[in-house]
Amino acid sequence: MDDPAETARLKILVADDSDSDRLILKSLLKRLGYSVVGAANGRDAVALFQSEVPDIVLLDALMPTMDGMEAARQIKSLAGERLVPLIFVTSLTEPEDLAGCLEAGGDGFLSKPYNPVMIKAKIQAFNRMRLMHQALSDQRDLMHERNRQLQEEQHIARRVFDNVAHTGCLGAPNIRYHASPLSIFSGDVLFASPRPAGGMLVFAGDFTGHGLPAAVGAMPVAESFYGMVAKGFDGSDILREINQKLVRILPKDMFCCGIMVEADFAQNQLKIWNGGLPDTWLLRSPTEQYTLPSRHLPLGILSADQFNADMQSIRSQPGDRLLLMTDGVLECTDSKGQLFGEQGVLHAVESVGGDAHPFDVLMSEIQQFTGQQQFGDDLTLCCLEMVDEAGQAALPDAGELSALAGPTQWQCVYEIRDSTLAEFNPLPLLLHICMEVPGLRRKSGEIYTLLSELYNNALEHGILRLTSEWKYTPEGFDRYYSERATRLSEVDGHYIKFSFHHERMPSGGCLRVVCEDSGRGFDFQNHPVLQATEMAQSGPRYGGRGLALLKRLAKSIHFHNKGNQIEVAYEWFY
Amino acid sequence: MPIQTHRSQDGRSLVIKIEGRFDFSTHQAFRDAYEHGGKDIKGYIVDLSDATYLDSSALGMLLLLRDHAGGDNANIAIENCNNDVRKILTISNFEQLFTIR
Repeated sequence: MDDPAETARLKILVADDSDSDRLILKSLLKRLGYSVVGAANGRDAVALFQSEVPDIVLLDALMPTMDGMEAARQIKSLAGERLVPLIFVTSLTEPEDLAGCLEAGGDGFLSKPYNPVMIKAKIQAFNRMRLMHQALSDQRDLMHERNRQLQEEQHIARRVFDNVAHTGCLGAPNIRYHASPLSIFSGDVLFASPRPAGGMLVFAGDFTGHGLPAAVGAMPVAESFYGMVAKGFDGSDILREINQKLVRILPKDMFCCGIMVEADFAQNQLKIWNGGLPDTWLLRSPTEQYTLPSRHLPLGILSADQFNADMQSIRSQPGDRLLLMTDGVLECTDSKGQLFGEQGVLHAVESVGGDAHPFDVLMSEIQQFTGQQQFGDDLTLCCLEMVDEAGQAALPDAGELSALAGPTQWQCVYEIRDSTLAEFNPLPLLLHICMEVPGLRRKSGEIYTLLSELYNNALEHGILRLTSEWKYTPEGFDRYYSERATRLSEVDGHYIKFSFHHERMPSGGCLRVVCEDSGRGFDFQNHPVLQATEMAQSGPRYGGRGLALLKRLAKSIHFHNKGNQIEVAYEWFY
Repeated sequence: MPIQTHRSQDGRSLVIKIEGRFDFSTHQAFRDAYEHGGKDIKGYIVDLSDATYLDSSALGMLLLLRDHAGGDNANIAIENCNNDVRKILTISNFEQLFTIR
């Protein structure tokens, strides 16, 4: 900083009403290599400061017209954020006078008579200070600029992210949620999507770490979730896929705690998987409340063969509310640094009464606890309500008719057997085959419903011989699912065979599906639903509801052989 | 130092003792502790008797240690956790990966 090239450029303003003193100081400074401008009073000094923009100012304290104090005040104010060292050259010696100079904005003193060595040393010292201030200001400005750029980039990244990780059906009337507007950079995600055959899937996740790495990890999770739900995969399939993807792409010390909820409004059934997130609450009434704790490791840790994607099945009732949350809720702190914690959630849940919505109660308790309107970035809370199927808005027919005509005349047979029946869900694949026909693609929800009714009936009633009445009592419900798992693991010598046949019709097409299973069949000649025009509530093999659904969707239904083969025809029109 | 290491009594395991907060600030020290532990180590013991707090980045560090120690074949015990720390390990179901006692 004492580099001669730098000092040579220094411009110094000298203000002294004594012509001789000013002359001496000016020539002295010039000899030291500085460029110098001189003023004979305070007012001229201020004017020269504006026109010449000097780097350092030497001011006599006592001058006519405007004294050094006033000039110092004006110069400091004009300099603004720029540090212009202001040195009083004075014969004053009283501490009060000198203090007055500093209060007016002076940075130091040089006492008369002048000593060239002292002057040089002082100017160099103040110049060092000036340069340091300059460097700090430049760095600060640079930092502001970088920060502005970063925020702009984050906003753009956020827009891209929103397109991939959109909020799906979080706006549905049976969902209430809170997610911070910039939550993605804190590592929380919340997705919800309707399923092709009705019902919903909801996923809440919390990545370790935050910022860009968390956002980058969240993108493929969103893509897998929305892509797979639309294709008819269930919660377990999607969890397996997300886990495998995260194991592959995340560094070893990063993972994602998550909750997957599968809500089936028609069957009044909830399935839930919690890996590493706080207890989920099932709120039935003020006196009937259950916690569903985390039973699994978070996503992105275990390899595919160790990962357990089994979801817990819960029989639900219309009006049941499921409250899921990320760590951010428990980690809210009050002004004393106390945590909201499980106690806080428990208190909120227990004080829900009357018409109050548990979501509102919990949110307002968090607000009261933290004393803030705005919470931390990493707080996600979601409440899903089980509603009557009738209350659910139907899925709109998906998409426009493709420009490609697609296949119209085709058939195929697909058969799975034995252990594959327990390990593989063929519905997404079968749906995919049908979706190649543009006319069927517009009806994906109906086709999926049709296929899943056929498949589930063939598997659960045809092969496993489970009784659907079990599902209508709480004890039977658990028995149904434990029996289902046991019998599936023992399946031997069984198969389910789908045969598809599609052909063109004058103004559309017709899809014939034959579903055959290796089970014992049933007495379809005397089945009440098949005989009566009025739908009965249940039957020995096909649950009344499933068959009624098939009857509504398909143009015709026929049973063959001993009742182990069902044929449906589905027609579509342009 | 918030992290100290010594050999177990039989000399086969490395004991890593953490004091105070086990979070991202201890990342480098924790890594140094197991990476410079020696080649003949058969197992690791993470002693949390003096750890007051554990966050998700600490869980990540435990996973790194597990990977370093051989992944599924790793022999790692986490000892003497206080209730808060234990709770966090339980919610994440880390007992499936580590011996917690």
